[in-house]
Amino acid sequence: MCPVSKFKDAEHLIRLVGAFVVGFAIFLLLRAYFVPKSFGEYGHYRGAALAELSSKPISYAGHQACEDCHADVLQAKKAGKHAGVNCEACHGPLARHAEDPASVVPQLPDTAVLCARCHEENIAKPKAFPQVVSKQHSGGKVCKSCHVPHSPLLQPGGKQS
Amino acid sequence: MTVPVEGFMYPNEVELQWSVLIVVYPFVTGLVAGAFILASLERIFHVVAVRPTYRLALLTALAFLLVAPLPLQLHLGRPERSLEMYLTPHRSSAMAMFGFVYLWYLMAVLLLEVWLEYRHEIVLLSQNTKGWKRLLYRAITLGSSNISEGALRVDDRVGWVVTLIGIPSAFLLHGYVGFIFGSVKANPWWSSPMMPVVFLFSAMVSGIAMVLLLYMAMMKIHRLPIDMRCVDTVAQYLLYIFIIDFSLEMLDLIQRIYEADESFRSLDFLLHTRLFFSQIVLQIALGTVVPIVTLGLIQIFPVPEKLRRIAYAACGCLTIIGIFAMRWNVVIGGQLFSKSFLGYTTYKLDLISREGELVAAGLLILPFIILAVLIRILPPWPERQPTTGD
Amino acid sequence: MITRRKLLVLLPAAAFAWKFVLAGTPEMAPNYNRSEHWWGMLLDIDKCIGCGNCVRACALENNVPEGYFRTWVERYHVSDWHQESPQVESPNGGKDGFSPGAAVGGKNFFVPKMCNHCADSPCTQVCPVGATFHTPDGVVLVDETYCLGCRYCIQACPYGCRFLHPVSRTAQKCSLCYHRITKGLTTACCESCPSGARQLADLKNPADPIHEFLKTHSVQVLKPHLATGAKAYYHDLDASVR
Repeated sequence: MCPVSKFKDAEHLIRLVGAFVVGFAIFLLLRAYFVPKSFGEYGHYRGAALAELSSKPISYAGHQACEDCHADVLQAKKAGKHAGVNCEACHGPLARHAEDPASVVPQLPDTAVLCARCHEENIAKPKAFPQVVSKQHSGGKVCKSCHVPHSPLLQPGGKQS
Repeated sequence: MTVPVEGFMYPNEVELQWSVLIVVYPFVTGLVAGAFILASLERIFHVVAVRPTYRLALLTALAFLLVAPLPLQLHLGRPERSLEMYLTPHRSSAMAMFGFVYLWYLMAVLLLEVWLEYRHEIVLLSQNTKGWKRLLYRAITLGSSNISEGALRVDDRVGWVVTLIGIPSAFLLHGYVGFIFGSVKANPWWSSPMMPVVFLFSAMVSGIAMVLLLYMAMMKIHRLPIDMRCVDTVAQYLLYIFIIDFSLEMLDLIQRIYEADESFRSLDFLLHTRLFFSQIVLQIALGTVVPIVTLGLIQIFPVPEKLRRIAYAACGCLTIIGIFAMRWNVVIGGQLFSKSFLGYTTYKLDLISREGELVAAGLLILPFIILAVLIRILPPWPERQPTTGD
Repeated sequence: MITRRKLLVLLPAAAFAWKFVLAGTPEMAPNYNRSEHWWGMLLDIDKCIGCGNCVRACALENNVPEGYFRTWVERYHVSDWHQESPQVESPNGGKDGFSPGAAVGGKNFFVPKMCNHCADSPCTQVCPVGATFHTPDGVVLVDETYCLGCRYCIQACPYGCRFLHPVSRTAQKCSLCYHRITKGLTTACCESCPSGARQLADLKNPADPIHEFLKTHSVQVLKPHLATGAKAYYHDLDASVR
């Protein structure tokens, strides 16, 4: 069979291949346009995401920020049982206060609710952890009436340590 | 979240992540693979008896393939970003690679095969019709009107190669879906090397059953005689593949029961309670055992034609329901128990929502509408087409 | 009233604090080099008192929506030797603490859970587009502007730590407070834990106290048979914990 007629008979296939090539070219164009520039910088992800995720605003200042201003409280805590309890564990997130102390005045937490969270007796708490059944322990009196939160352990005789 | 939970579930697990749309999706791609395999029976393996279903099988595959991405799009939290899967596909992700498998199958296999099969008629129709239909046909011809014997011979040869490539491509298309589930080591109901194989064989069963039903339905609608030799052969192949599928699923089940590992008690409980109806009744009893026994009996005992037709129709329907139930049991069932193996949740299927009942039903009906359109544009039996004078 | 005296005390203190506390759109600390760190976490079951501070702090720090959890606490009850069938509960993730519980004997303890920031995480493996990934310093993060919400990662996580954010409709999970640790702060959960049950660990820093702890105490990870390379190390983890 002569090559010219062979070509003619397969011409529609060549047109089809052409259509595919055009399609592929469009795909490459889309790719160049839509894929974010930082993609692939560190791995198969948008490199800029690292900076973005590092830049989110914080809510908890971290105890060091508190201690820089409230050194007196740090002193009181140091010798007591709550030495390892960070400020915001009880006082809540205070980054805004640390950044601009006058703008946010933190509310003192209500000890009637706060202390029970850790110290109310619970079957799953470690046995050595100080826990009480508050009704039996204080008979309804609020914790602060005997304990100072920053250094809570009472000496025998009811005196604050 | 007011979903009833029994026992303990990790707090984030209570709500199901993959909904009924993710049940519809493997069901639809399964039909594609199955219909295509039936078509290839004739083209590659020269099972002449099933020739009358060849074109219908191709169009069925195409109609379902066009619908397949829709449940996925509707399910995505951010569908407007779906192009990312093609632009920055993560090579270790089965889901990303599936996007290309789908594209390959659509473009390089199915559309190509349909085009080559129909090219002769398309060219003729582009010359004999008027109006928008003429434009449509002309566009599909890609500007070439060569339907000489030589060109048609080329079409036939290339079509044969495409079908040959198409068989492993169809296996890949649906096997991949099985792999998407089977490769999740976090979920013991899914994690199994058998998953792609089981999915594939159940897909073939559903696809063959669907084409069988559609063929019989279409002949009835057009008041044309059903080629019994054809449907008998199709039913035979349905039976063979069903037996393989059932064996694989039973093997999986028996091994799980025997090994009884950490997850077994959870799964066993599910099977006896929340999944009892969909797995034991729908999938196994009605969807598999009844069709196999019926089709098996027809092979052994002589059954009159009318009865056979009814039996095939009934088996076809039960099979399709059973395979849908299988997809449900895998996708939904796999999310009903906790990864702690200590609890169960419930699937709340809404009626009207983006991933609700109505949408799922709509997605299941849509392929038939598309098929009806395809059949009008590309008639499967041109010599039998009633003249409507376009 | 702000007196000159108060100002004299406040200004340098504030300036010093500013180094650590940057509001607005703060960048990470300028001397933070990602390749010098490899982050993990120590969770000491011995010390967890189930107060729920960590769950609340995380929710506040990271704007976690109600009903979803980047971290949560579970309470276990194991009667006698029945390791395979513990009774577990996590009411609202432990956010409001736990009820005192009936005295039923057996073993009872709390287990804090979170993203394990696995070195070979199955979640990053299955993400189709690269929206979730490992940072060079060992943290698994989610790029919410790129995530499609396909939820494959949520399915792939063996620990149940991921969820789909109901508003952004993208996947979310514990980020190990990446915005804090890159500034030399600790995570919100560790900061608010009163008993030292949660401690951030820099596994590349030999001076990190947890380093020594990990070398000298029995530690475990969850679901070790899945070989995820989990970096949340549990001390005193009972066999019944799932």
